Formats: sequence, C-alpha cells, structure tokens
Amino acid sequence: MRHILSILIENEPGALSRVVGLFSARGYNIDALSVAPTEDASLSRLSVVTTGSPSQMEQMTKQLNKLIEVVKVTDLTESRYVERELMLVKVRAVGKDRDEMLRMAEIYRGSIVDVTDKTYTIEVTGTTDKLNTFLESIQSSLILETVRTGASGIGRGERILRI
Amino acid sequence: MQISGAQILVQSLQAEGVEYVFGYPGGAVLEIYDAMFQQDKFKHILVRHEQAAVHAADAYSRSSQKVGVALVTSGPGATNAVTGIATAHLDSVPLVVISGQVGTPAIGSDAFQEVDMLGITRPCVKHNFLVTDVRDLATTVKKAFVIAQSGRPGPVVIDVPKDVTQALAKFHYPEEVFIRSYQPVSKGHTGQIKKAMQVLAGAKRPMIYFGGGVVLGNASQELIEFVQLLGAPCTGTLMGLGAYPSTHSQFVGMLGMHGTYEANLATQNCDVIIAIGARFDDRVISVPSKFTDAPKKIIHIDVDPSSIAKRVPVDVPIVGDVKQVLREMIQLWKEKSYVLNPSHLEKWWQTIEAWRAKDCMYFEHDEASQIIKPQFVVQTLARLTDNDAIITSDVGQHQMYAAQYYPFMRPRQWLNSGGLGTMGVGLPYAMGAKVAHPDATVACITGEGSIQMNIQELSTCQQYKLPIKVINLNNGYLGMVRQWQEFYYSDRYSESYMDSLPDFVKLAEAYGHVGMRIEKSSDVEGALKEALAMKDRLVFMDFITDKKQNVFPMVGNGKGLDEMVLPPHMVQDAERYEADFREYDTRSVP
Repeated sequence: MRHILSILIENEPGALSRVVGLFSARGYNIDALSVAPTEDASLSRLSVVTTGSPSQMEQMTKQLNKLIEVVKVTDLTESRYVERELMLVKVRAVGKDRDEMLRMAEIYRGSIVDVTDKTYTIEVTGTTDKLNTFLESIQSSLILETVRTGASGIGRGERILRI
Repeated sequence: MQISGAQILVQSLQAEGVEYVFGYPGGAVLEIYDAMFQQDKFKHILVRHEQAAVHAADAYSRSSQKVGVALVTSGPGATNAVTGIATAHLDSVPLVVISGQVGTPAIGSDAFQEVDMLGITRPCVKHNFLVTDVRDLATTVKKAFVIAQSGRPGPVVIDVPKDVTQALAKFHYPEEVFIRSYQPVSKGHTGQIKKAMQVLAGAKRPMIYFGGGVVLGNASQELIEFVQLLGAPCTGTLMGLGAYPSTHSQFVGMLGMHGTYEANLATQNCDVIIAIGARFDDRVISVPSKFTDAPKKIIHIDVDPSSIAKRVPVDVPIVGDVKQVLREMIQLWKEKSYVLNPSHLEKWWQTIEAWRAKDCMYFEHDEASQIIKPQFVVQTLARLTDNDAIITSDVGQHQMYAAQYYPFMRPRQWLNSGGLGTMGVGLPYAMGAKVAHPDATVACITGEGSIQMNIQELSTCQQYKLPIKVINLNNGYLGMVRQWQEFYYSDRYSESYMDSLPDFVKLAEAYGHVGMRIEKSSDVEGALKEALAMKDRLVFMDFITDKKQNVFPMVGNGKGLDEMVLPPHMVQDAERYEADFREYDTRSVP
C-alpha cells in the first residue's frame, strides 16, 4: 500500500542522507521525496512516499525514529490528510494543439507559466494521482519534458506535527 | 585561555574518565598524539592494525562496562577500523571511535589519505559526527559518550579534521547535553508488564529466553531472581551466555543453530515464551513461521522498539530497560502471589529432563587413538580454570565448542562476535579484556583460520606484557565452512583447507612468547596446566585436533528448532527421537 511518511529532522548537514541511506540499506523503495526547512529554522520536514505492508511500515517507522537526528515521524495515510504535488510540463503547442493544450490546462486548473511559438510550459498542482491523470489525458507525443516535486502532505484539521 | 583542538579532545576524554585508548598514529592525528604524549591521565595502547584497536576497545567495554575508545588516522586508518565498528554495532557495544580527517579546506578534494568516513560508517554506527568547528568539539565528545552508552548502546564515530585539532578555542566540558531528538525509553509500560505477568502466570509450558541485552543492561542479578522465582526453565542466546549461571539446573543450555537438544525442543514446544533482551535472531530461529506454527504466546522485552516484532509477531511488547522491567516484574509477581501451576510445571520439567537425559553434548573420546577432540580441550580448560576465566573466541567451530563446553558463570565472562561473526576478533578481544582485568585468566579460544586474521597483535601483547592464553584448535580446515560443505555441498571442500600453515610454536617464539604444540589427547591436561601456571607469559598452544569433528546439534538452514541434525550417538537412536517429537509435538493441540 502507498504511504506518505512525514518526518521532522534536525536541519543539519548529513541528516537527509541518513534517512535516505536507511531506506536503501533495508531494501525499501522511496517513490518520491521532498524536503525543505520549516517555520522553525532548526528543523526540516521530509515527505517520503513509499509502499509497504503494515509490518514493513511499522519497522520502517521504528527504524526512522532510531536515527538520532529524527525528531518525529508520522504516517499521514493513517488518518485524514491533504496531499499536493507540483508538476511543470513542457508541451509542444502548434496549430490546433495550441488551443487544445490551453483547454486541458484549464480543466486541470493548471496555468501556463511560459510560452514560446512552439511550446507551452504548464504548471499543475494536485494529488499525485491527479497529475498522473493529466499526463494521461494529453497526447504523449506532445510532452517534451516533465518535472515533479514529489508529494507533500499535511494532516487535516487540528492534527499537527511538531515537537 | 585558549587551547588547541587536540588538547580539547584529550581533556574531554579525561573528563569522561577514560583510562585506555587503543589506537594507531598517522598524519591526520599527529596533533592528538602530541597532546596525549603530554598527559598521563589515560594510557594509549599501540596496536599493529586499526581493526585490532577497535576490537580491543570493544572487548575492553564488553568486559568492563565502560565505554571503549579507539583512535585512528584518516583514510586507510579509518577504513581499517570499519570492521571493528560494524562488529560493535551488531552487538550493541558502547564505543567512541575518533578518526582523523584531512583538513577542512582539503575535504572533498580527494586529498592524500582522505575518505568520507561519515559516509562509509553511516550504515554501521549508532551515530557519527564530523566536527568542522573547534568550538563544537567538547560538546560533540560529550554527545558521543551519551549516545554510545544510553538506550540500545552502540558505536559512535567522531571524525576530526586536522585543522580542527590545531585551531584554538576555550575549553569547557559540558556536564550534560540535551539532544531533543534522542530520548530513549527506559521505564517499561506498567499496563503491558501487568499483562505479561498474567499471561506468564497462566502458562503450562513456560520458557524464559534471554540474550545479550541482559548482559549489556547489567540485569543478570534480576534475571537470576526472576528465573528462580518462577521455577521455569531458561535458555540463552550465544550473546546471553553467562547472564544466568550455566551450571544451574534451570538453565537448559544455549538455543538456536547449535543449541542443545533440550533447549531447542523446549523453546519450540513451550506455550508461553518471554524474550528478555533477545531478538529472535536468524541464528536462534531460522524460519520464523516454523517457530510460530507451534502455538505460543510471545512476550518480548527490549530497549529497542525496532527489535520487537521484527521477526516474529509479539503478543505482549514491552519497550524498556531490562533491569528496570525485570525489577517491576519481580515485584508484581510477588505482590500478586502468582505461581506457575505446580502440576503443569512438574510435567514440563519431566519432559525437559527426559530430553536432557539424551546428553546431546556427549562426544566420543577415544583414549587409544590419542586424537584430540576440540570439545575435550575446552572442557579441560573449564575444569582447570574453575569455570572462572574470561574467554574470548573467534568465529567458527571453535567458537561453538567454547559456547557449548565452557560453562559461563557470570556476565561479561564470554566475549565474542555474535552479530557480525568477525573472524580475527579473538586475540584483540583478549587484549582488551586483559587490559581491563589484569589479574584475570584470559584465554582466547581460536582456530588456525581465525587467528591468522589478526595474528600481528602478538606483537602488541609482547609490548604491553599481556599474558594471554591462546588456545588454537587447529584442525587444518576452516572447520565451520568444511562442516557446511559436508552437509550441503556433498563434501566438495572448496577452499576450506588451510594449506601451508605456519609453525605456530616458532611464530609465537618469534614474537617473544611461549609456544606449545600438543598432538596427543593425554597431553592436553598437562599442557594446559603448564600454560596456566605461567602467569606472566603469553602462551600460544597449538592443539592438533580431530580433522573430522563437527558441531552438533545443528539446525540447518530453513529448518525448525525441532529439526536438528543430531550428534552420531543420538542418530543411532533416530527412531526413538522421532517418537519423542511426536509425543511432545504440540502443533496439533489447539
């Protein structure tokens, strides 16, 4: 099953590689990873998208908690949460495709952030699933380049992750 | 007043009460060696290879309860230390390893003797630090010592660039450090402890299973009280040996791959098992499903939450310090006046005694042939040392003979590499133990394969006058490899034969020690007596042992604890044992 782990770590050099190393050393896969400092400059927050059975996730969480620099770990998918990923897609946009691309971007509430005679660059945000669907709904031969941030998640309502 | 980073480091170690540092100098740590030269609060032991420095520091810690300290230079010094660090990591030994690093301006430039020590050791340390500012040095040392010995202990590496050892700063050693992200749990959950005692009190066939955590947690007294209060059988892992006195009747022997018949059958067929500082390692239960298909309730106490429910599902998990948890359990058991059902317990003990009566540790000792059985050497050593020597071992058949035939009576008496299985630890372990306990008899039980992996340390033993007794069980084979090749590879002894062995007697003599070669079983006792009497000399005893001897019983790969390969004298009665299995097989009982 797909899980999003949200991890608070000390904002120190090498801390991220410890987390990443733990995944590879134990044979777990990281599907996506995003990391940035938080409102507290001494802390970074990681969102790790991974897949695993309940027992694998339990072991993974325990192992992450063992790392000295890890302050807190939570599995967002255990309760209600909001998830967003940002994607930039550069597409070929000439002739009738130019209008079609504009329409598709509108449907997915994307915005055109760069324009040339032959291309559009479209910014789309949403769940990983929504971004995948967007890519499926435009003609694949027109996609020149994609870049994605990996999912970030946050608990719904009062639920917060802090020390 | 400002002092150099090297002096800060040395004074920090002094503030930690460090008595010995095991190490080897080199360019990146010369400043530290110079600062050490100008003090006499702690002593430096110069080894001959950095791997041995870490092993010796590790054994010093295992046998003394203090944090072991090793000091190595950058690059090759650091990489040589890695095997020692990984060994300590898998056995959870508190260790601080200080490695030199090239100067900060050179880091990342592939400088002479530069390696990414943080990167190399990250998977095999509890934590590691790179100190880039001399002002952080003292606090980092304090943190390293705190992390190394708290919670589940382990090795901590401090990588110190050369310019940091030369830079100046004020010295202040903090009495305490606060690490917000590191708060290990020590007190067990009271509710879970209550539940555990209820489950245990209802057991018909209880089993107490203890491991190295009891030794590391200094909980041996509590374990003894707990086992005797319950009256239940107990078994120990290789790492747990000594936590409960091996000659006591409630101890049914080691369990697992080379465990006793009675310990393995009792562990397989119990209905409640309480694991204390033990983690159901793959050398204890090869296949978890084969262990849990005989229905049983599992109670598991461990200071490390990630060890609980890692290999087997657990009914009652208790995270906490074993000493504290056991104390609470003893108190609760007494308060509630729990007793194990006497008739069930009696029947259980009768069953176990019947298994024990098969004497799975019996071995053929043929006086006429004069062939030396390795087990006989270990047994004789135990008798002559009143089960009181500190025993270190390497890795292989001799290690199992030491574990099986030397009755360990107290924790920290038995030092070996259980987790990583590092050949070459034996001699450096003996050095560390002898340094910690100069008056104790320290014997290194080894094999001709293992001893050659760090044999250069005979030189260190000479320099520091460490009168260790080396017991080389020499069968001319990598014995455990040969045993597996016999069992699983149709006797194809691929590269397990040790050709062109050195003359160990001459070798020992070349290093200034006493060498002995013993080729007849009737000479074993006399030779050991003679060696033990030489209190101030290292004696290297080369026992030419039976080439064909194997370690029994053995639980093969993929087998359950009740599917042991039995020793020859039991195989003759195989059918009878088949019947035993059927009689005591509880798998069909709901």
